[in-house]
Amino acid sequence: MRRVAVVGVGLTKFGENWDHSFRDLITEAGIRALADANMSGADIDALYGGTMAAGRLIGQEHITALIADYMGLNPIPATRVEAACASGSVALRTGYMAVASGIHDHVVVGGVEKMTDVSTGEVASALGGAGDQEWELFMGATFPSLYALMAKRHMHEYGTTEEQMAQVAVKNHYNAARNKYAQYQKEITLETVMKSKVVSSPLKVFDCSPITDGAAVAILAPLEQARKYTDTPIEIVASAQASDKLALHSRESITRLDATMIAAKKAYAQANVEPKDIKVAEVHDCFTIAEIMAIEDLGFCRKGEGGKMTADGATALNSKISINTSGGLKGCGHPVGATGVKQIAEIVWQLRGQAEKRQVTGAEIGLTHNVGGSGATCVVHILKRTN
Amino acid sequence: MMNSSPSSWRRIPERYCLIGTSCETCKANYFPPRLICPKCRRKGKMVDKQYSGIGKVYSYSLVNVPPSGFEIEAPYVLALIELEEGPHLTAQVVDCEEKDVSIGAPVRMVFRKIQESGPHGLIHYGFKFVLSK
Ligand SMILES: CC(C)(COP(=O)(O)OP(=O)(O)OC[C@H]1O[C@@H](n2cnc3c(N)ncnc32)[C@H](O)[C@@H]1OP(=O)(O)O)[C@@H](O)C(=O)NCCC(=O)NCCS
Ligand SMILES: [Zn+2]
Repeated sequence: MRRVAVVGVGLTKFGENWDHSFRDLITEAGIRALADANMSGADIDALYGGTMAAGRLIGQEHITALIADYMGLNPIPATRVEAACASGSVALRTGYMAVASGIHDHVVVGGVEKMTDVSTGEVASALGGAGDQEWELFMGATFPSLYALMAKRHMHEYGTTEEQMAQVAVKNHYNAARNKYAQYQKEITLETVMKSKVVSSPLKVFDCSPITDGAAVAILAPLEQARKYTDTPIEIVASAQASDKLALHSRESITRLDATMIAAKKAYAQANVEPKDIKVAEVHDCFTIAEIMAIEDLGFCRKGEGGKMTADGATALNSKISINTSGGLKGCGHPVGATGVKQIAEIVWQLRGQAEKRQVTGAEIGLTHNVGGSGATCVVHILKRTN
Repeated sequence: MMNSSPSSWRRIPERYCLIGTSCETCKANYFPPRLICPKCRRKGKMVDKQYSGIGKVYSYSLVNVPPSGFEIEAPYVLALIELEEGPHLTAQVVDCEEKDVSIGAPVRMVFRKIQESGPHGLIHYGFKFVLSK
């Protein structure tokens, strides 16, 4: 296997981009990523694209054919990858495997979602497709409600509080206020979260990631060629993925994600690092409880102590470990298919020292953690600056 | 769109009567039913299993922002129910308020309308749960 580096990344502004279509978003992010890699479209050998629900949200399938067409990349092979909210990371991992195996040299990986053209109810139904249509959705479940069930149980088993969950949102909005790509560039207080409308108890509007339009693109190349394109190649030193039962009700426990724990264990072994070596991480905070469970399952604290660790400030910018410097899904926004690739872009900027007002000092190793649905897919990547 | 007549009708035994499956090899009970036991795979032998409909609340939430099709029902309590035979399932807990529900509360199955496919469409029935007295 060849070693693989990220040589370019690009994002669109995340938010309600009513004046941008699906194809505009991905093309804009693609142009930025190619410019960042000092490459031209002619250098690209293959494309992998992650989108969760374009069929439901904009009525468009066959999206990687569309992307290759509008980015001027025909006739390279263009393949869609879908794993709900983890679509972007699974696309990245697919591109990583293509470069590592030697099948392709230069691969463009894109993630994109256009979510604001339909009503909140329609978005909720479409996202619900990440769960079990016949046995969860049919009964009236929504994604916020599935995570609410986890939150209620986490509170019951470990004494986690609504205030501790709210602290995740406060921290992530603080970081988002320092990220020009973020949907919500404003700081909030504990009170903002606690007083916001209940979506699915105990989760309130400010415990939820929002509905977002956006795209993210990363360019991969073999590490040995990477210096042709960039002075600071960032190596992908681990890429691990695991699956679990689709429905929450089929899992042994709902206060941990086994797929996260398994993918993390594999990733730490591949990269030969331990959780304590990670100083910056983008984790899947689709709901505040998800970040609390993620920092536990990734080994940054003991099981049940994620709420306390957050409330103690140990996950804030430049503390013990900086979690979700981009603002996370909560503050930066969550265009589902784009999120996994955006996480990679954020870690690349952190490791290059280009994260501006949210730079983690001395960041050398970073981790991304992306979850599909309520935990049936989980992907962990570890990235490292090469000197 | 999602709940056509055939897709709804073929689930009648499970949704109306709470019939799941059980693996004769490892004795594990499953609801919803499965064709293959994930633990034993081809060594397993699946048979139908009638559940009693008695269980307790494992976790719950009051849904205020419903998906399309559930607008008139909201807010409603959605729960994970632990059946007395072991499996968990997702269902609504009805005829009560959120404050009456707690983790561990005993419940039993009732047969109710779940949703409609629009004003002129099919009415879908199935299980919900109520608190046992
Ligand atoms: C929480 C949620 C239901 C709110 O949607 P909504 O009720 O339609 O909210 P609206 O669009 O009416 O927005 C009302 C206001 O709240 C703000 N808002 C909406 N969602 C927000 C969020 N998640 N966080 C912070 N503010 C939010 C809007 O910007 C708007 O502010 P304004 O009045 O200043 O313009 C919606 O964001 C949601 O469904 N999120 C979850 C998405 C999801 O499930 N993702 C997949 C995860 S696996
Ligand atoms: Zn078995």
